[in-house]
Amino acid sequence: MIAAVALAALAAVCALSAWRMTSVRWTWRAPRAAIALWQALGLTWGLASVGALLAYALEPWGRGVIHGLVYLVTHWREPSGLQRVGALAAGLALLTVLMAVVVVAMAQTLQARRRHRLLLSLVARDEPAVPGVRVVDHPGAAAYCVPGLKSQVVISEGTLSLLSRDELAAVLAHEDAHARERHDLVLLPFAALRWVLPWSKVVRDAHASVALLVEMAADDHARLRVPPKRLATALLRFGTAGAFATPHGALGMGAENVMARVNRLVKPGPAMRRRYRYGIVAGAALLTTSAPLLWFLPQ
Amino acid sequence: MDVLWAEGGPLTAREVGRLIADRDLAPTTVMTVLDRLTRKGFLTRVRDGRAWRYEPAASRDAYIAELMLEALDMTGDRSAALTRFAQAVSGTEADVLRKALTELEEE
Repeated sequence: MIAAVALAALAAVCALSAWRMTSVRWTWRAPRAAIALWQALGLTWGLASVGALLAYALEPWGRGVIHGLVYLVTHWREPSGLQRVGALAAGLALLTVLMAVVVVAMAQTLQARRRHRLLLSLVARDEPAVPGVRVVDHPGAAAYCVPGLKSQVVISEGTLSLLSRDELAAVLAHEDAHARERHDLVLLPFAALRWVLPWSKVVRDAHASVALLVEMAADDHARLRVPPKRLATALLRFGTAGAFATPHGALGMGAENVMARVNRLVKPGPAMRRRYRYGIVAGAALLTTSAPLLWFLPQ
Repeated sequence: MDVLWAEGGPLTAREVGRLIADRDLAPTTVMTVLDRLTRKGFLTRVRDGRAWRYEPAASRDAYIAELMLEALDMTGDRSAALTRFAQAVSGTEADVLRKALTELEEE
């Protein structure tokens, strides 16, 4: 029973921590470490929830989750009692759903990107002023990255006329960080979870928090190469260049997020001590290993 | 594709090849490209005697609009397909940013 209780407690702790993490601000001082912690929380929550159900179902055999499942498959014997059979079914169903959601989200994302790349190859052009960047002839302001093995940075004609040279360099450095650190892969599982649980506030806030942290990590990367003030003015210019009317209430957090990023760039607070940063990453690593270890616990 | 958009009427592979004058392309190359674009749904074609006449399925602007909708995350699916720099905000929110911008520039 220990394993089942421990896993259930772990899942609860993860859910509670995720809920707390959506409202704390220290994460902004160390976005990279915070992102690692978020990933650990998400993964551990999934493994612990599934593990708790399976551990309860397979508990009478005293073999732990992993060996219990092997025993189940090789001997084809179902656990005794309706409750345990129910827990087994629920655990396996949850595992299947979680994995399927990520796989489907990945497939959809790849398909959307393939179409986007194809369209870019038809209508985008190269601009001698910004080598290596594809330019789309549109007056709206847009700058983004199509991630992939060969990531592509794209800006619109409107961006070219909106920003000064230095600001453009700052934006490109920011996008380069997205492309190089593959931030899209960080966001994918959170976006996928949000897609299956659109009504859950915690999941929605978690996705928004991680999305903001990813932007801050990219800002931090860019400020090493360009003056942070130029990145800040570029951000503000982008925010105010509403070429389109924004769709109904879709971007409620917009200004708040932009201002948070601007303030970080213009008035950087004291950086988080290295000791704490490493502590967070080590904690994330420990958390990630805890659930798989509990899957082996025989009792 | 640009040639077809510029022309505004259906063209045969031979005519397309002639219009791309700056590059010496073999007619078969042009035909292969047109055929591939047709299969992907970017061109439509009609029989004209022994040749096919090709026409763009949608205008250049329509494709640009489609790209920009995704770029500005306005398709509504909030996918993780692209990573964007920042997004424009609406009305009163934009005023806050405009004020901050003025302050920053005056410093």
